[in-house]
Amino acid sequence: MELKGQQRIAAPRQKVWQSLNDPNVLKACIPGCESLTQDGDSAFDAVVRAKVGPVRAKFSGRVELSDIRPPESYRISGQGKGGAAGVAKGSAQVSLAEDGDATLLDYVVTADVGGKLAQVGSRLVQSTANKYATDFFARFGDIVTGAVPLEALAGEAPVPAKAAAPAVTAAAPPAAADANTAHLRRLNWALLALVAVLIGYILATH
Amino acid sequence: MTAKPSASAVNRYFGAPVTRNEDPALLTGQALFVDDLVLADLWHAAFLRSPHAHARIESIDVSAAKAHDGVLAVYTAEDLGDFWQSVPLVVPPPPIPNSVFNKHTQVPLAKDKVRYAGEPVALVVAESRYVAEDALADIVVDYAPLPVAADLERSAAEDAPEVHDGLAGNVAAHVHQAKGDYAAALAAAATVVRRRFTYDHGMAQPMETRGVVAQFDRKTRRLTVWATTQAPASLRTGLAALLGLGERDVRVVAPFVGGGFGAKLLMYYAEYLVISWAALQLGRAVKWIEDRGEHFLATSQERSQIHEAEMALDEEGRILGIKDVVLHDNGAYNPYGLTVPLNSQCSVLGLYDVPAYDSTFTAIFTNKPLVAPYRGAGRAHGTFVIERLMDIAARELGLDRAEIRRRNLIPHDAFPVKQEIMFQDFAELTYDSGNYAPVLERTLELIGYEAFVNEEQPALRAAGRRVGLGLVCYIEGTGIGPYEGARVQIQANGRIAVATGIGSQGQGHFTVFAQIAADHLGVSPREVDVTTGDTDQFYWGAGTFASRGAVVAGNAVHEAASAVREKTLALAAEHLGCAPSEVVLEDGMAKRASGRPDEEIALGALAVLANPMRGAVKPGTEPGLEATRYFGPEGGTMACGAHAMIVEVDPETLMIEIKKFVVVHDCGTVINPLLVEGQIHGGVAQGIGNAFYEHLVFDDDAQLLNATFADYLIPTSLDVPRMVLDHQVTPSTRNELGIKGVGEAGAIPVGPLFAQALEDALELPARGVDVLEIPLSPNRLWELVNEASQDN
Repeated sequence: MELKGQQRIAAPRQKVWQSLNDPNVLKACIPGCESLTQDGDSAFDAVVRAKVGPVRAKFSGRVELSDIRPPESYRISGQGKGGAAGVAKGSAQVSLAEDGDATLLDYVVTADVGGKLAQVGSRLVQSTANKYATDFFARFGDIVTGAVPLEALAGEAPVPAKAAAPAVTAAAPPAAADANTAHLRRLNWALLALVAVLIGYILATH
Repeated sequence: MTAKPSASAVNRYFGAPVTRNEDPALLTGQALFVDDLVLADLWHAAFLRSPHAHARIESIDVSAAKAHDGVLAVYTAEDLGDFWQSVPLVVPPPPIPNSVFNKHTQVPLAKDKVRYAGEPVALVVAESRYVAEDALADIVVDYAPLPVAADLERSAAEDAPEVHDGLAGNVAAHVHQAKGDYAAALAAAATVVRRRFTYDHGMAQPMETRGVVAQFDRKTRRLTVWATTQAPASLRTGLAALLGLGERDVRVVAPFVGGGFGAKLLMYYAEYLVISWAALQLGRAVKWIEDRGEHFLATSQERSQIHEAEMALDEEGRILGIKDVVLHDNGAYNPYGLTVPLNSQCSVLGLYDVPAYDSTFTAIFTNKPLVAPYRGAGRAHGTFVIERLMDIAARELGLDRAEIRRRNLIPHDAFPVKQEIMFQDFAELTYDSGNYAPVLERTLELIGYEAFVNEEQPALRAAGRRVGLGLVCYIEGTGIGPYEGARVQIQANGRIAVATGIGSQGQGHFTVFAQIAADHLGVSPREVDVTTGDTDQFYWGAGTFASRGAVVAGNAVHEAASAVREKTLALAAEHLGCAPSEVVLEDGMAKRASGRPDEEIALGALAVLANPMRGAVKPGTEPGLEATRYFGPEGGTMACGAHAMIVEVDPETLMIEIKKFVVVHDCGTVINPLLVEGQIHGGVAQGIGNAFYEHLVFDDDAQLLNATFADYLIPTSLDVPRMVLDHQVTPSTRNELGIKGVGEAGAIPVGPLFAQALEDALELPARGVDVLEIPLSPNRLWELVNEASQDN
């Protein structure tokens, strides 16, 4: 499975970069993330509770960052184990570009699932990824732009999406009017979210 | 339907549409299935299965699972000691010269390496299934994933990932068989057609998944295993050997089993072995019932073959020869030997006169679940190849599809036909009897072939309707050895007890065996109690498979009942003071023919007389009115048939509607036409599933992506049409009753039937597109139609 997408975040690139490397921010933004701890300069251990269709699992995993070029890009990859629920592995190439005062975040995600996740959940992985990505970026945008303090999101309870103007908006693609493209963009979001989730549980591995 | 069980018995029930003895219990919920067992001190098991299709096991930590509340034991391969071994082959390879067979059978629990996603790695035994499954989550396995052999062709490459270390190219088997001179046939051909065919068969989805309950009694030192097996006697023998017990210390019971279809045959399923071993260790009863998700991975499948096939014909459309080179997806282990690809190889000859045949198959290990026979057992793959070649050749030669078949049928006076290649029973493939032309002609008549092709179809097409017809023929090798046995006994209560060693999974054995015995003994089938699948009731046997139960066990029942009849007549004659020839058995009584009304005795009373408490049983005789007989046919017996179908395709959705479905079948002498029809109905339903609905989808990492009924589609009652059935009767020459098997007939030819009918409906050949694959689906039809549009 490969997902691509772009997000426009209303915050300067340096700020976005820092947040993407801040375990506290990531932990607050990854849905179901129970713990995220940094292990060395470029790796995280994470525990994430995730649900794909009927499969619920607590994933533990390890996520590593590589090809780090601050504040432009990095590659995040990892594997997660969900016990009886199966396994997931994936990687995302994330790059940031300045867009005035805002930042364009591009990502390409590849992900594979195995075990029960694949057998029962494969049909649902994209839609689930979509939801996770939506949640991830909603929270990430809120935090990076300061709309919501980090502490408010750090708790267990999921934070409802704010009704106010979203801090993160999908960058308008050239063919924004095209319904297909819009659909793809949503998918990409979802994929991103998925990636985030995957990263989460990849991070959660180990 | 005219054959008599024996010269002297009255033929009342044999051949009659007797309703089933077993149905009252089944329909009122009174039948015992494995999951119904109530036992004291019963513990529940769950298996941890590999999420990877191919990985090294670096470590397994079960300490947290063992500490889980309610957990009795946790086992991995390391705990199994000497019990851990590669299990015996169920069927060894036949002695075909120059063939290659690399044995790699499954192990009870994976050690060091997992070879398919779903392979069992650890076992938890706990106070409930819930606790057992929760504890699975506490087991930590460190896997190092390996490259995966997923795709069949790529797995055959020299540099493919090795499913079994050191086996380059993953060759599980390589077999060449030939008859005649194919090179000469090719040289003489007026036309040669060549195609590449891909046939994918799914897996059996019985209503009841697999299950096993094993109980070791510390005081009697006996192990009792209730299992959903088609081969209880074979499982008993194997378990005893693997556990180091005497065969008489192990009892295997296959109670009512909710469908088998081959998937419950593989005797040495890891779960059956490990649960039995655990019961022995724990001195308790341990239960495991497979859930549907497990079934998709842990029960045998059939899956894919790729055939590169060609057919040489003369200018009249007569077959001169066939050449076929086959790749067969074997899965990760090959416990069932060569049965599936060998059946495919033999089925390519069809019911046609094929003077020259050159066939090679290579079975390839892949990181996918086990492959073993599933209803049809490779015959569907081979039948697809020959029937598609016939269709394609007909088009090239401008012949009608019925006519090219008619010209090539083996003539009635040619039987028995020796095909010069070896069949799955290690004997030369032999068609013992057959009369094929009436089967084809009757099928054409019932489907209304001429009227449809010449009048109805052109009119409907003119009206924009997409309707097509399919017409295919098939053979079904049935009733193979080695043997089955039966014991028939008249009991003191007057009821007849029949016991055989085969298992029963819904076929109607409780009825057909009762019919056979009833006529010999002058009782109603309702007074015959049949026991199958309890090794304490009948020790010897091979199992229910290869459409052989009625043929092989049925003839054993026939012989045993015949012997009991002779004993009964002799004892009754002694009692009544007349000659045995003067005694008739009817209505549960032995009567003196044309005697006074009081010159009779009930069978139960005779049974008591046959088992005296004083006096002496005469030398050379046995107590009781009982006999045990065994029947071992010299080889299989060949059934045949034809299917025809009219189908309409929705031009927008490419969904199908079957308008008419005809099956004409010849399974020799029919014991019970109701049950034959039931077998065909069920077979056709599974054939339709294979042709158009069911498809196991694996990704490049050999992960099964559709292991639910939401994604793996099984035809429902709305998708399976009413059928028009007819029987031709050409008795088998290989058993006294003249019967042939029918268990797989319905399923075998539905793939090529769909391919031809859908081609016809969508007029694909005229646009240069052949349907060369199964399964099809609306999506796939859309692609094929699109392909045709782009090419033209």
